[in-house]
Amino acid sequence: MDGSAIRVRGLSKAFGPNRVLRGIDFDLPAGAVTVLMGANGAGKSTLVKVLCGVHPTDRGEVTLGGRPFAPGSPAQALRAGVVTVHQNIDDGVVPDLDVASNLLLDQIADGSVGVASGRKLRDRARAVAEAVGLRVDLRRPMAELPLADRQLVAIARAMAHKPRLLILDEPTSSLSAAEAERLFALIDRLRAQGVALLYISHRMSDIRRIADRIVSMRDGVVSGVFEAQPLDTGGAVRAMLGRDLSEAAITIPAPGPVVLSMQGTVLRPGARPFDLIARAGEVVAVTGLVGAGKSALAAALFGLAAPVAGAMRLDGAPYAPASPIAAIARGVYMVPRDRRANTLIADFDIARNLSLPFLRRHARGPFLRRRSEAALGARMVAEMGVVCRSPRDGILTLSGGNQQKVAVGRWMAEASRLLVLDEPFQGVDIQARRDIGAKIRATARDRATLVLVAELDEAMEIADRILVMSEHTVAGEHRNENLDLSSVMRQVTDAHGAAA
Amino acid sequence: MTARDLAIRYGFLVLMAGLIVVFGVTASGFLTVPSAVFILQSVAITGILALGVTCTLVVGGFDLSIGAVATSALMLSAYVMVVWEMGAVAAVALCLLMGAGVGLINGFLIVKMKVPDLLATLGMMFVLLGIQRIPTEGNSIATGMALPDGTTATGTFSPAFLALGRLRLGDVLPLSVVFLLLIAVLVWSFLELTRHGRLMYAIGSNAQAAALAGANVERYKVAAYVISGVLASVGGILLAARLGRGDVASGNNLLLDSVAAALIGFAVLGASKPNAFGTAIGALFVGILLQGLTMLNAPYYTQDFVKGAVLVVALVFTFALTGRRTRSA
Repeated sequence: MDGSAIRVRGLSKAFGPNRVLRGIDFDLPAGAVTVLMGANGAGKSTLVKVLCGVHPTDRGEVTLGGRPFAPGSPAQALRAGVVTVHQNIDDGVVPDLDVASNLLLDQIADGSVGVASGRKLRDRARAVAEAVGLRVDLRRPMAELPLADRQLVAIARAMAHKPRLLILDEPTSSLSAAEAERLFALIDRLRAQGVALLYISHRMSDIRRIADRIVSMRDGVVSGVFEAQPLDTGGAVRAMLGRDLSEAAITIPAPGPVVLSMQGTVLRPGARPFDLIARAGEVVAVTGLVGAGKSALAAALFGLAAPVAGAMRLDGAPYAPASPIAAIARGVYMVPRDRRANTLIADFDIARNLSLPFLRRHARGPFLRRRSEAALGARMVAEMGVVCRSPRDGILTLSGGNQQKVAVGRWMAEASRLLVLDEPFQGVDIQARRDIGAKIRATARDRATLVLVAELDEAMEIADRILVMSEHTVAGEHRNENLDLSSVMRQVTDAHGAAA
Repeated sequence: MTARDLAIRYGFLVLMAGLIVVFGVTASGFLTVPSAVFILQSVAITGILALGVTCTLVVGGFDLSIGAVATSALMLSAYVMVVWEMGAVAAVALCLLMGAGVGLINGFLIVKMKVPDLLATLGMMFVLLGIQRIPTEGNSIATGMALPDGTTATGTFSPAFLALGRLRLGDVLPLSVVFLLLIAVLVWSFLELTRHGRLMYAIGSNAQAAALAGANVERYKVAAYVISGVLASVGGILLAARLGRGDVASGNNLLLDSVAAALIGFAVLGASKPNAFGTAIGALFVGILLQGLTMLNAPYYTQDFVKGAVLVVALVFTFALTGRRTRSA
């Protein structure tokens, strides 16, 4: 090993007029974990796709172990020793096959292993699995494995190629803490074996745990390289964002009149009834694990599923919406989770995505008023800080953070009584998260706002008050001031203890 | 705009212009008013059906029953006038009602009974093809025909009704062509200019997101099938008026021709989605091609092959060349 597995010099890549990479210079040393940080739109994904052979470069050169490296396809990159584990694990495995077949998929595909030989197949698969410390029943179908094991299978398969460079794209985004620790242990071993690792993540805890060096990217160039120990993570975040970010300091406003009150609400049969009040001007975060009932609460408020029992009042009047249409008519809006599935119309441009719920407002009789819609597009793009060339850009041309700004902006264009946001920070970078959070708080004065988030730090960043949900009921309530974290965590993980 | 974008956007229109030039040079009499009128008239009925099926495509559905609705309207109008001896207004009204009713049932099956659109409308197609033959025991309907009860049908097609298919404005422009143009403009305006059309496109692209934005998804889907049924019955009425008899064998090609026109429409102006303008151009394209080839003495049995080939080329245009380009960053 010559110390530097990969050298990148002057790498540029443009898509049409959009110059995504503008002369990238950096090295990836062998036996070290290089963390790549960058806001959405900085060019991280494009850089990865160039390295793993999906996109050709426009300019610049890449050398791998001293030799020029210009893969024409992902398969060529793989043969040259550049292996990528993508964010979406199921892209890399075949759920219907058993673990052994998945581990040897590449060898089966190129014919060097016959499928018929069950026992020999498993022996070879076991060797592959043990190389990464993976211990699972090789005969189990992939689909039955927990997410973390599926990911380890994908990595084990990658390791069978004896990679010189392993790229991990946000590998912990769907893992629990314990599962992530297993992954980190594996990364430690690979580092010791002299593999160069490129690790892409937004999570500071991951970065502190495994990074040997940090490369920050911004606007298609490397904006900072941090190698001195201890690593200057603050500096890396600054280099990635281009400015200092202070911790969101929450000033809790004086509570306004009650907008929403829920009494004796039961979200599913057998769940403990709870009461909930949201006042005008306050931002209430509802946190809890996946499956704790946050989405059931959102569904009840937005008329998607009536609660099993209990009464809701909005501005003092009984509130029992039978459909989203009825909820919207009462001024209750919801930004759903998972924008691609539940919010965005892929065929529409930004302006059309924004105007969708309020088309009546932009129409005279049945006929749409283009000018009114264009004005809305321009206004919300400016207000939400959406980075785009024009409001007529297709929605899918935007980065994730900007798509989310449009998804949230859609429901901020009109005044509401109650705004429910279900995981509004899902899949957005830190900068967009801060922007969206600031916007939610800045506009909160005349309505009640409920923000449903699984991550406690997101709740602390945005809320005046934090409700903890567990087992489909509200297990605790906290003012977002001198928060007793241990008590919150106890409520998150244990409903029965908190109920006492 | 790159050359590729230009090709995607205007390729099909350029192809059509080229076709007109080639036929104009090689086939004498092609570039004449009677020939143009003949082309328009030949595509009027399929064009109207195609505009209806476009509406169902817009909401992400499909209506396979349009051909059967049209032939049912053909038989129904003949039955109303020849057997029941009623007038043109009654015949037209009953046909339109029948079309709307079929659309409602299609919508009900798809929205409430959760039957997949292709299967629901396929089932409806069989039901209609069968039911239109029952009252006459499978025979065509014409004045003087023997009825199942032994009597003879004495009613006739009302002249007003026949005029729908045969009258020419200023002795040139057939009424059916006027209907096509009118309906094309109406459907285009509805889909492109009204908030209802916008919501229908939203539903077709992401029904879940449209519902969560407050669109009444079920009602719009049903409406699309009703529009499709009504327009198909209009096509059937015009066919009956042109033929002047309730011919059981007519309208075999209506379904395939109109679906082809709507799908060819995806390629026009690089829309990559169902659209009224494209559908009209698609119908016209097929009409021009067939007329030109006929004037060049191409045998009639090559027509389906030509239509199929055009459809495949258009689909390649739509799906291979216009693959959605998204920025990766």
